[in-house]
Amino acid sequence: MTVQHRSLKKKKNAGRTSKLPALLLLAPALGFLILTTQVPFIMTIYYSLFRYSLVDPFKRPFIGLENYVTLFTDPLSVPVLLNTLVLVLSVIALTIIFGAALALLFNRPFFGRSVARTLLIGPFFIMPVITALIWKNSLLNPVFGLFGMASQALGFEAIDWLAQYPMVSIIMMVTWEWTPFALLILLTSLQSLPTDQLEAARLDGASQLQEFWFIVMPHWTRAFEVVVLLEAIFILQIYGEIYIATSGGPGLATTNLPFFIFQKAFGEYSIGMASAAGVIAVVIANIMTALFLRLVNRNATLEVKS
Amino acid sequence: MIATKPPTYPWRTAKNVALALLAWVIALTFFFPIAWMISSAFKTENQAFATPPVIIFQPIFDNFSLAFAKYGPALKNSLIAAIGSTLLSFLLGLPAAFSMVFYPNSRSRSTLLWVISTKMMPPVGVIVPLYLIFKDLQLLDTIFGLTLMYTTMNLPLVIWMMHSYLSEIPIEILEAARVDGASLQHEFLRIAMPLAAPGIASTALLCIIFAWNEAFFALNLTNVDGAPLSVYISGFKTTQGLFWAGLSAAATLVILPVMAFGWSAQRQLVQGLTMGAVK
Amino acid sequence: MKSKVWIISAGLVSSAAIAALATGAFAQSPVTVTIATVNNSDMKTMESLTNVFEAANPSINLKWNVLPENELRQKVTTDIATGAGSYDVATIGTYEVPIWAKNGWLNSMDALFDRNASIKASYDLADLLTPVRLGLSYNKNLYALPFYAESSMTFYNKAAFAAAKLTMPVKPTWTQIQTFAAKLHKPQNGFFGICLRGLPGWGENMAVFSTMVNTFGGRWFDTNWNATINSPAWNSALTFYVNLQKKYGAPGATGNGFTENLTYMSQNKCGMWIDATVAAGFLKDPRQSKIVDTVGFANAPTGPGTPKGSNWLWSWSLAIPKSSKVSDAAFKFITWATSKEYIALVAKTNGTWASVPPGTRASTYANPEYKKAAGDFAGITLDSINRADPTDATKDPVPYVGVQFVGIPEFQALGTQVGQYVAGALAGQYSVSQALKLGQTAAEKVAKEGGYKK
Repeated sequence: MTVQHRSLKKKKNAGRTSKLPALLLLAPALGFLILTTQVPFIMTIYYSLFRYSLVDPFKRPFIGLENYVTLFTDPLSVPVLLNTLVLVLSVIALTIIFGAALALLFNRPFFGRSVARTLLIGPFFIMPVITALIWKNSLLNPVFGLFGMASQALGFEAIDWLAQYPMVSIIMMVTWEWTPFALLILLTSLQSLPTDQLEAARLDGASQLQEFWFIVMPHWTRAFEVVVLLEAIFILQIYGEIYIATSGGPGLATTNLPFFIFQKAFGEYSIGMASAAGVIAVVIANIMTALFLRLVNRNATLEVKS
Repeated sequence: MIATKPPTYPWRTAKNVALALLAWVIALTFFFPIAWMISSAFKTENQAFATPPVIIFQPIFDNFSLAFAKYGPALKNSLIAAIGSTLLSFLLGLPAAFSMVFYPNSRSRSTLLWVISTKMMPPVGVIVPLYLIFKDLQLLDTIFGLTLMYTTMNLPLVIWMMHSYLSEIPIEILEAARVDGASLQHEFLRIAMPLAAPGIASTALLCIIFAWNEAFFALNLTNVDGAPLSVYISGFKTTQGLFWAGLSAAATLVILPVMAFGWSAQRQLVQGLTMGAVK
Repeated sequence: MKSKVWIISAGLVSSAAIAALATGAFAQSPVTVTIATVNNSDMKTMESLTNVFEAANPSINLKWNVLPENELRQKVTTDIATGAGSYDVATIGTYEVPIWAKNGWLNSMDALFDRNASIKASYDLADLLTPVRLGLSYNKNLYALPFYAESSMTFYNKAAFAAAKLTMPVKPTWTQIQTFAAKLHKPQNGFFGICLRGLPGWGENMAVFSTMVNTFGGRWFDTNWNATINSPAWNSALTFYVNLQKKYGAPGATGNGFTENLTYMSQNKCGMWIDATVAAGFLKDPRQSKIVDTVGFANAPTGPGTPKGSNWLWSWSLAIPKSSKVSDAAFKFITWATSKEYIALVAKTNGTWASVPPGTRASTYANPEYKKAAGDFAGITLDSINRADPTDATKDPVPYVGVQFVGIPEFQALGTQVGQYVAGALAGQYSVSQALKLGQTAAEKVAKEGGYKK
């Protein structure tokens, strides 16, 4: 998605001088978004300054930044933030690795390819709540789950996944959900690879590895960016899978920031605290995006130079 | 596709067969949990958790007849919310993206970043303010209110993705049209839109999937009249009693329409992504 | 079964419609009563009887919002707290009723009974079981009517007990339970000694674990609101619980709630299970259970501290939020759904008395047909409910009301947090003392920030 920044620069001079129609085209969308997101967001900031319990209408004192101070000084916030990062980063890494491998595999013509591809994309169409229920009940449960049954049939002890490896379980689940997404984008990108480049490389006697490294990988850079940015935004918000599968536990093992906010809001009805954590989540997401875009921009510039 | 036809050696064929097999095995593995769930929909609650698992059984349809009872209204609401919010998002988002790409100003980039940032608030962080607003505007439990919510959710995605697709259109095409004195409408409708069509198709598919699968806003902002399929599906879960077979039937009914749609649109999606940002 | 209900009720509808035509009752336009309820089987039966109620009350339409317990709780709370008024009837539990009544969110039942003299005459309030009724009162006023009530008890697999030559006493102790579990536990055969909730949550693992704390002699707070989670009683209760579950429990314990344990028990994979009395009905239902003929019932186990508070008390009750604009119609509905006649109607429609909503009325337990159908567990359920006293559930006195909970708004959060630590101890993430230390800190914070500790 870096394209946009470069193209903006390029097209600046091409733009017409009259700004009015352009503004008219832009205004409805921005107006809608401002109304529907900024009004609740400002209210959220406002609530974050109160000790606001939903179930106690009599005590709602203004406490300034106390909610923020509590969140920043609570030692439990550290594992929550770490869990959030671990989940986002590992799912992105895994979906990219699996997605890339599968894209290479599915780029080769073979019998029934489109049917197989369709089956492979299936998980992306499943509601997160159902995903979590399928995994918890039919796969991960050490007695009734198929993983447990399979490992026992092979003579191993069944693993109690959600208790022994809770974060790994959640990562597996979310990776299953999002790998099809990465696959789709990477496969598409691969299919648009200009054939002349490959042919030229082959004529030069490039090995398959060289072909992959010097032609496919650079071509994929932008597709990676799409996957990373979109997945980051969505996976930073994941809570449904956690809610169903582990309730954020055992202990705090799978509590990420969105689930933490969910707990504050609906477990404790502590709307003030949930609002403060929500504001922090927005700030964190913004910082991550800015860092990522800067990183990508630098690479993109290098790419252009070389 | 790679045009060079490699000479056929036996080991090469063997390798191709092996890779094809591998691809099929992986595809079936990925789909297996879904298939297993669908098969549970035809079992009794007792069979659904039997160990060893019941593979051959007399299928029953009780779960489906129960699941069908409340399916209709929820399906209708889901269709309205998913398609309505997608249309609305494009109605608002396409012109905006067009404007930002072809009539950029110094603030376009920060505007675009701001648009993305509106997606960063975890929904549960804003639910109480939203509830109060919906209450005051009498939007609670209306499919219109939910459609607005999903538009808010999908609009940044549309602007963002369409921005990148439109950026791929060579500026020369537009400049040529401008020299010919094309109007703004002409530029937008006759030049930009046709070139961005595949991108529109693929973005629309993503929007529909996200709206179809959204549960949090649906669960909290609708009760009965405006409730879509994600609320319907929650009605099959219970904390007291066995529900897996019944829920599987309902879940099958919920995923079928979106999967059918997704599969038929897959070609479009692939084509769209090819044309656009990830070229 | 479903279609039969439909035919019966369709018949009732048409006859009522004719009656209504004859009397010209169609003049008034019907009001809609929106009901939020939990997705448990008794409530689903209630929903399926909509037609019967509407036929008898042509001026009232019923609209149902049926969700799982937690989703419903978060939704109804948001709705009532913001005064949105989406619901005319809300299904809430023993924990919420007094707190919500105190907030001024609920209509007083006494006032509504006074306003509707004919309903008051026929309803027979005195028939409601006393502990259940007291649990739904605040300042001596009743704020909800119980739809069904439950306590906790022990379920066991008679076949497994016979094979191991064991006998379950009517009133077992936790020590006995552990001895039995050790002998029944055969993980290599996929059979486990005991099933207990481990899924973290104030209404999940903490419901069971709090009764253990009570009967081991512990309490959440002393009379001055000093948190007492670091006490020896808590320590021995948690040590016992963790040890029992780790050694003889079903796997996946930290993910197991009622439903998961019901699956183990009904699939003949568990020797014993201590949970809500309503499970008895499920375990006796051949569509859901493989141990219909071999399931046995006993009281909830007691510990070394005190027999008090060893079994919990919970009722799912129907309340009318203040924000409802049709409180009289709503009242008509909830008095119907909690009446003796409704209970008889369920028995008639389902064809068995075993599946009527239990635990609310003395008359149900005096009914010979109910005794015949639910004889195995009816007595224990009734005794358990009558024994559960929310005002006296601990060895030492406490400043709060509640058996398996502390009746303050903050408990939902505190219980869930401590529940996470208990699950953490079970999963081996924390030691018992670490978990209790974390819990103690959390409880101290609640006492201080809630303004309880002076």
